[in-house]
Amino acid sequence: MSRVYVCGLGTVSPAGWSLAAMRAALAKGEPLPIQPLERPGWEEPLRARLVPPATRLPFLAHPRLRRTSPITHYAAAAALEAVAVVRTNNERNFRLGVIVCLQAGCVQYSYRFFDETLKDPATASPLLFPETVFAAPASHVATLLENTPLVYTLAGDPACFLQGIALGVQWLEEQRVEACVVIGAEETNWLLADALWHFEPQAVISAGAGAVCLSLDTAVSLGVELDAITDPHTYTAQTNRTRAARLMREQLPPALPTELLCDGSSGSPRADAPERAAWLDWTGPRLSPKRILGEGLMAAGAWQCVAACDAVARGPFAAATVSLVGSNQQAIGARFTCDKSRTVHLPARAQQSNIRA
Amino acid sequence: MRLTPRQVARVERAGRMLLLAGHEAWTQSGWQPKENLPLVLGTTAGGMSLGEAYFRAARRAPHSHRQQPTRAFHYQAQTQARTLATALGFSGAITIISNACASGSNAIGHAWELIRRGQAEHVLAGGYDALCQMVFAGFDSLQALSPTTCRPFDARRDGLAIGEGAAVLALETLDGARRRGAAILAELASYGTTIDPYHLTQPQPQGEGAVTAMRLACEGARLGPADIDYLNAHGTGTPLNDSAEAAAINHWAGPRAATLPVSSTKASIGHLLGGAGAVEAVVCLMALREQWLPPEISIGTQDPACNFKIVRQPEDARVNVVLSNSFGFGGVNATLILRRWA
Repeated sequence: MSRVYVCGLGTVSPAGWSLAAMRAALAKGEPLPIQPLERPGWEEPLRARLVPPATRLPFLAHPRLRRTSPITHYAAAAALEAVAVVRTNNERNFRLGVIVCLQAGCVQYSYRFFDETLKDPATASPLLFPETVFAAPASHVATLLENTPLVYTLAGDPACFLQGIALGVQWLEEQRVEACVVIGAEETNWLLADALWHFEPQAVISAGAGAVCLSLDTAVSLGVELDAITDPHTYTAQTNRTRAARLMREQLPPALPTELLCDGSSGSPRADAPERAAWLDWTGPRLSPKRILGEGLMAAGAWQCVAACDAVARGPFAAATVSLVGSNQQAIGARFTCDKSRTVHLPARAQQSNIRA
Repeated sequence: MRLTPRQVARVERAGRMLLLAGHEAWTQSGWQPKENLPLVLGTTAGGMSLGEAYFRAARRAPHSHRQQPTRAFHYQAQTQARTLATALGFSGAITIISNACASGSNAIGHAWELIRRGQAEHVLAGGYDALCQMVFAGFDSLQALSPTTCRPFDARRDGLAIGEGAAVLALETLDGARRRGAAILAELASYGTTIDPYHLTQPQPQGEGAVTAMRLACEGARLGPADIDYLNAHGTGTPLNDSAEAAAINHWAGPRAATLPVSSTKASIGHLLGGAGAVEAVVCLMALREQWLPPEISIGTQDPACNFKIVRQPEDARVNVVLSNSFGFGGVNATLILRRWA
């Protein structure tokens, strides 16, 4: 694998519309407040951590984004934050790859459109249907970012975000793009929260996006490089989540005790068990974004990667390992290390707080 | 197939089509159960019918949980992919590409890239989608469905015929296929993909992204338009798609357009959405294997914007290289080139 550098990070989360907001929430270490999510037919609401309303999103002035759903807003905001450095430091016509990873996808407009269809198919809105397609957020983000010759949407469980990173590396190595932004995004509604409730009744659904921008160009590096990424360890009859998580751990390079482990623990004993078993002997610092931000599905996978990279970029960690043990597909891990030989470019607003593990 | 009756009972319509196509490809390939066999699938909706059933049940009987977890689990494309792997007895990385109606071609193209880069010796790849109420209503709401007959590239075309289906291809390195004496059906020669971020549902009128996708695919195979013996068009039958694709083919093919045989088999089998590119790749394989040109049976008066020849009847022909186009909502274009193996 070529040396691949992280040249930008971006997030939208229940903490707010920036990496700085997520960083501050993670540093505080307290789970964010829970909001009720009304569930038709039930007195007791579902529980959610929702993205706070944005005060101002200038990109929504773009004609393509006028009628888009929240998932596109989240993906676009995270992507714009992540590509800020590469766009500033490159000619306007440099090629940017876009990979959007989703698990539940465009649930809000899907719900609205299907609801309209069941009431009266003749009046179901043609404005809604195109926004229900998994490929819609990627298309909108590509339009916004411009000069995006390669755009893919990947579907899968949250570990798919690292599949997206691996695909981005492939595009960079083949010199098909100069940089690639990998985005994990989700939006939520009561129906998705209801579905999650069947599997993890204690889980708190959340939403948002995370974006990691990759480049082979050391000049735009945040001071972080991708050291390793494991194979996808797919769940099968022979390889359950526990074994897949263990295989993922075994394939990662040996970590120093001072490194950061950024895991997917949510606080749900059953869901966390396979990952907990894989990292049972881990005594080093650990960061579990889902415990603070909620179960953001693919967005949560992206938050883990962003938090790990940010912790390395800003210190004090020389390396961080990301453990993504997905819900129903695969376990994948990655390790990001400090690249001290490079000039560190940090956006001004990113220099406000520190993650403490 | 290695599924229990209970597992089979949980597979919904799209998954069943995927299983049937996968089993057929697997059996024909002669592959044996193995580990580290990547699976790359394209789909737009996965098990959307289960998503619809979940919605209905949650609204109709909110306190009844019967089958709801199963619906939520099997609705997801990765579950269907894992079921296919279980049924055929293999394991490996699963990649689900959801680039709308280009997904099937993108999946096959991505699989080709994995092999070309030496990341895999074998890859199972394809696309699938099943009809469901939401998708049908969606295309209906866009007034994209033909109220008469789907007639791609016809001057009086008025929309598409939505369909469903699946196709799976067993892809393997030449060395690997030769070593085990496999019957090689054709060579997957190249792949090109681009995006036209012009509009979410409308193609760029001159088909610029499609031109680039065809050029990239041809460059990858070191071929030019003159080398293409048949072009399987995306050709949905909608006024905007076909005019943009016609412009793209005219521009890309140049003088060759006048003699280039083109057809859209969607006139016969409908638009299979995420399955379209994969099924149409199989149609191209049939053309290469049996040396004929697949027709577009419903065309009446050809749109004068088409400089190329529409194949109206099945024709015997010398077919060595074929090109297949797939385009999707959001603007992704994908082109596959397949070459006869003799």
